[in-house]
Amino acid sequence: MQKLTNNQIAWRAAQDIADGAYVNLGIGFPEKVAQFQPPGRQAIFHTENGILNFGESPAPGTEDWDLINAGKRAVTLNAGASFFHHADSFAMVRGGHLDVAILGAYEVAENGDLANWSTGPKGVPAVGGAMDLVHGAKRVAVITDHVTKDGRPKLLQSCTLPLTGVGCVTRVYTSLAVVDVEGGRFVLREKLAGLSFDDLQSVTGATLHVVGDVIDLVVPEV
Amino acid sequence: MDKQVPNLATAVAEIESGSVVMIGGFGGAGAPIELIHALIDRFHATGAPKDLTVVNNNAGNGHVGLAALIEAGMVAKLICSFPRSADPVVFTTKYLAGEIALELVPQGTLAERIRAGGAGIPAFYTPTSFGTDLAKGKPTAMFDGREYVQERWLKADYALVKAELADPQGNLTYRAAARNFGPVMCMAARVAIVQARQVVPAGTIDPEAVVTPGIFVQRVVEVPHPAQEEDLNRAGAAYPLEA
Repeated sequence: MQKLTNNQIAWRAAQDIADGAYVNLGIGFPEKVAQFQPPGRQAIFHTENGILNFGESPAPGTEDWDLINAGKRAVTLNAGASFFHHADSFAMVRGGHLDVAILGAYEVAENGDLANWSTGPKGVPAVGGAMDLVHGAKRVAVITDHVTKDGRPKLLQSCTLPLTGVGCVTRVYTSLAVVDVEGGRFVLREKLAGLSFDDLQSVTGATLHVVGDVIDLVVPEV
Repeated sequence: MDKQVPNLATAVAEIESGSVVMIGGFGGAGAPIELIHALIDRFHATGAPKDLTVVNNNAGNGHVGLAALIEAGMVAKLICSFPRSADPVVFTTKYLAGEIALELVPQGTLAERIRAGGAGIPAFYTPTSFGTDLAKGKPTAMFDGREYVQERWLKADYALVKAELADPQGNLTYRAAARNFGPVMCMAARVAIVQARQVVPAGTIDPEAVVTPGIFVQRVVEVPHPAQEEDLNRAGAAYPLEA
């Protein structure tokens, strides 16, 4: 089955970010979204450890380890950047001041429940800022492969893994489709042109509803 | 008023066994490595302090700073949001062996609990963690049609914090994202102990630029060339440093 690369999923998610939006990107895969902002638009990226408007990674050897993002990778500053302490940073998150948070997911349920912090009781649990972000940002989007590495659906009727948040996800960008969470159900908005609805439904663990047109998901090679 | 002490050993001399100690830093940024190492030196010399409860965002990295404090066996419990890092082997080993307790707290809730402790607010409500395993056993309430979880303040006996500039009255500035938990931890601790890269005369820091006002700070010690955790770990350092 044809599918989008991670870069292409990130590209698609980036197209929905407005110029001037305040955005938090989760650690790892979601960080890629920053690379694909459409020309003429510039979002302002927030990192929970206390920077607004950080920029790209510095050249190797020029890192300043007091200038890092939530993933503890070195960053640079854009003009207009600011620093703040952790309580202010999470006031930005929890006070509803961020426009968008884009996170990864183990599972998303049709009512918008998200599981992305724990795969169960084994090992060391770690949650970071995920539980705060899902209840703070005006829009909580997920980017993910449509299925797990062993082919099981990640879009489900209900999550099987420990929840990060209840009813918090509003849109899911996958390797096959763009799906909104509306009224406790998945609504299909876009899918790859070469993929039939039935084939998409067969790798989705909950009913995909169609409301209006389903648009072809068209993404350039990036 | 002069809160400056002459050396690191004096700065950490009164921390008792069993204390709750907040330690600033997010990863290596803002980690008060020299204060932590001074505490480890005291432990090796005197056997105290131990059975500490440490509050930090992470659980240490490599074998220096907070990781070294845990490795020395001085920490009974860790309260943190993200006990993973590039090299969290010390904490992971002790945790899986049942030798250290963990209280996992969402990062924003951790920051707000500390802020509330410093601001005299014993409890507050947040939607964060509602309906998840981390809300189990906590009171909930509905406000304006939405469910919230009650969280309690978090206070400490001591805070160990890294600043950029300090004056003898305890006014502080920080460097870039090394600020992170420093300001709220200074507020929430009975005794906030600060290592500053430079201690300058009172009046030198522009009052407009003070980030932590001196009322929240009890001790200041100058550490002119603070180590950075990332640099130490890249060099494979372990504390105590091999003679």
